Amino acid sequence: MNDTPTIAPVALERGTSDVLTKAEIRLAHREVRRHKMVAFALVVPLLLFLFFSFVAPIATMLHRGFYSPVVAQLIPNTLQSLATWDGQGQPDDAVLTNMAIDLKRLAADRTSGKLAAEINRNKPGASSVVKSSARKLRRTDDADLAQNGATLLLAANKAWADPLMWRAVQKSGDTYTDGFYLTALDLERTFEGELQIREATQIYIKLYTKTLRMALIITLMCLILGYPLAYYLANAPSKTANLLMIFVLLPFWTSLLVRTTAWIALLQTNGVVNSFLTGVGITSEPLDMLYTEFSTIIAMTHILLPFMILPLYSVMKGIDPTLMRAAMSMGARPIPAFIKIYLPNTMPGLSAGALLVFIISVGYYITPALVGGTDGQMISNIIAFHMQQSNNWGLAAALGSMLLILILTLYWVYDHLVGTDNIKLG
Amino acid sequence: MKTTTMIAGAALGALLASTAMAEELTVVSFGGAYGAAQKKHMIDPYTAKTGTKILFEDYSGGIAEIKAQVEAGNIQWDVVDIEVIDLERACSEGLLEVIPASVLAPGADGTPGAQDFIPAAIANECGVGNIVWTIIYAYNEKTIGSVKPNSIGDFFNTKKIVGKRAMRKRPQVNLEWALIADGVPVAKVYEVLATEAGQARAFAKLDTIKDDIVWFDSWSQVPQLLNDGGAVMGQSANGRIFDAIKKDGKPFKMVWDAHVYDLDVWAVVKGSKKKDLAYDFISFAAGTKPLAGMPDVAYGPTRKSSMVLVDPSVIPDLPTSHLDEGLKADGIFWADYGESLGEKFNEWMLK
Repeated sequence: MNDTPTIAPVALERGTSDVLTKAEIRLAHREVRRHKMVAFALVVPLLLFLFFSFVAPIATMLHRGFYSPVVAQLIPNTLQSLATWDGQGQPDDAVLTNMAIDLKRLAADRTSGKLAAEINRNKPGASSVVKSSARKLRRTDDADLAQNGATLLLAANKAWADPLMWRAVQKSGDTYTDGFYLTALDLERTFEGELQIREATQIYIKLYTKTLRMALIITLMCLILGYPLAYYLANAPSKTANLLMIFVLLPFWTSLLVRTTAWIALLQTNGVVNSFLTGVGITSEPLDMLYTEFSTIIAMTHILLPFMILPLYSVMKGIDPTLMRAAMSMGARPIPAFIKIYLPNTMPGLSAGALLVFIISVGYYITPALVGGTDGQMISNIIAFHMQQSNNWGLAAALGSMLLILILTLYWVYDHLVGTDNIKLG
Repeated sequence: MKTTTMIAGAALGALLASTAMAEELTVVSFGGAYGAAQKKHMIDPYTAKTGTKILFEDYSGGIAEIKAQVEAGNIQWDVVDIEVIDLERACSEGLLEVIPASVLAPGADGTPGAQDFIPAAIANECGVGNIVWTIIYAYNEKTIGSVKPNSIGDFFNTKKIVGKRAMRKRPQVNLEWALIADGVPVAKVYEVLATEAGQARAFAKLDTIKDDIVWFDSWSQVPQLLNDGGAVMGQSANGRIFDAIKKDGKPFKMVWDAHVYDLDVWAVVKGSKKKDLAYDFISFAAGTKPLAGMPDVAYGPTRKSSMVLVDPSVIPDLPTSHLDEGLKADGIFWADYGESLGEKFNEWMLK
């Protein structure tokens, strides 16, 4: 009881000191700012790293998907004179002459191949027209070319009389184009500007669906294999659990390349699996397992399994075992008790694992490239193909951006359906 | 802090010094038995003679990698061994340096370089002749079964010959073979392939065996595929099969019908920083004696003065002894159609 009077003065004292002088406020603010600055300075390297390794490349990629300056730089004169063409019939002789002059120059500079590659993207087969014409015009006389350019061009290849050829030239001349994105969606624009399904071939939509389907199968396989294992690990005595955990983690720490090539050794025509199957007499002929969609799915499931097991395990470890016992003691049968009590409790780990496996497998590259053959190729392999082989960086950028948008959309859908706030990664 | 900076500085200095000191040339070729022969007769003698270190790397042919390096301005290769089927295209697209005439060294017998090479070997300004080689198909006698193939038609006949066929993953040669197998006379192949209808016909023929094809990228994969049963027959550069038969005693058999013969040349990647060193290497490697070593793997030298030095017992195995059965690969056709048929081929593969 004696304490009360002594407390009051302290409180009073605090009350008065709450009113700070202006100098003190400034000081306090400066202190806070300083702390913030220090904190900011500490994350600057990370921010810079993120900017240069993440934001900038993605921005460049998005930009490249629209930007194609090559043709405009290579044949500016032809494009300028072509601007007034109505798109019907053969363009004026002046346009043809300009093209002939440009082609001769390109042949001498050895850049006709670039022009050919660009135009070929708008009209399959056009590259041979451009290249053979350039080759023939290379040896013509300049004066003759200025005079009879149109005739010489038509003599070099009669395809130059075709308005479709010129429409392709005109279209390729646009510095900014939605063409790459349309191609990535198997669409194209008609000369009148309407969208239509790409006439030549439609492959990309099919590839995206195939990629998604494969990623889904891999996720399900990981789930089917990983869930019981994680459950067992979480409930086994710690000695067994630790030993088994090492078996889960050991492949996780092994080089990806080693694990993938191990599958080649296992699945090839005269590999371990086939020798076993034929030896036991299950099949008489070795099965074609390597270089198929099947081998890609198997190998990727193996590689991504730890990503499913680890979050599941950490969540299951935290579930109180008495919950299930309580449910059963109150009369629930094992399966309903599992579905109603245990499964919802593992949702955070299940979401995290499924999302991780799915997103990683959608963009996976190495394993399909090595064991996928032609059947098991996923969209990232085609992106790599356009980066490294066909040198069509615009299309690669468009396909990459589409993949990014696709994953963000899926994430958004997932967030709305399941909610991402309950994800537990470890 | 100071010590760290000093150590970092010293390390950087050492790094710069080491790159500046050793003169290194990157030479790229096809590896396998052919690469081994080149190493023995060209690379090692050159290093012994000049002290220049050579980084001898493998690639699987085609122009894509060279193109990517040139377009990105990141030149990693100096000298490449390139197939003439790709040479015209690479040269006309500005991916290779134009080689000065002085690089053609005179033959061992004193003949000036320009006369010593067979004309086709120096027909293109970007390449200097290396070898005459050819693309045949071969089968494994152990796995092929009782019916043996003997024509290109058999390669496309899945009823007569059951099993996987290994083919190189590119349109070149495959489209030519498809047309010949479909009945187009050898002399007319490129004429037909230049038309839309001809291209459709070639792809339709390839469609008939699409499920039985094992695709490979590198020539060195073929002996492996034939050996371990990955394929019962496979398209191959003749030297690889020759080497597997001669050196490893493999039960392989070559089919010369409709083989597509071509030349290989040395070329310098456009923008190489070691151009002069590269020319010096080519001048040496395309000399009489190094070229005379190529028949080790059944490839013909492109110099007349080297031919004299060739062991007569290999001559029947050289492509030059089978020219009447074959088709000459047309580099100019592929320069013009390589891009568009390449795109079509890839789309066909993905379908």
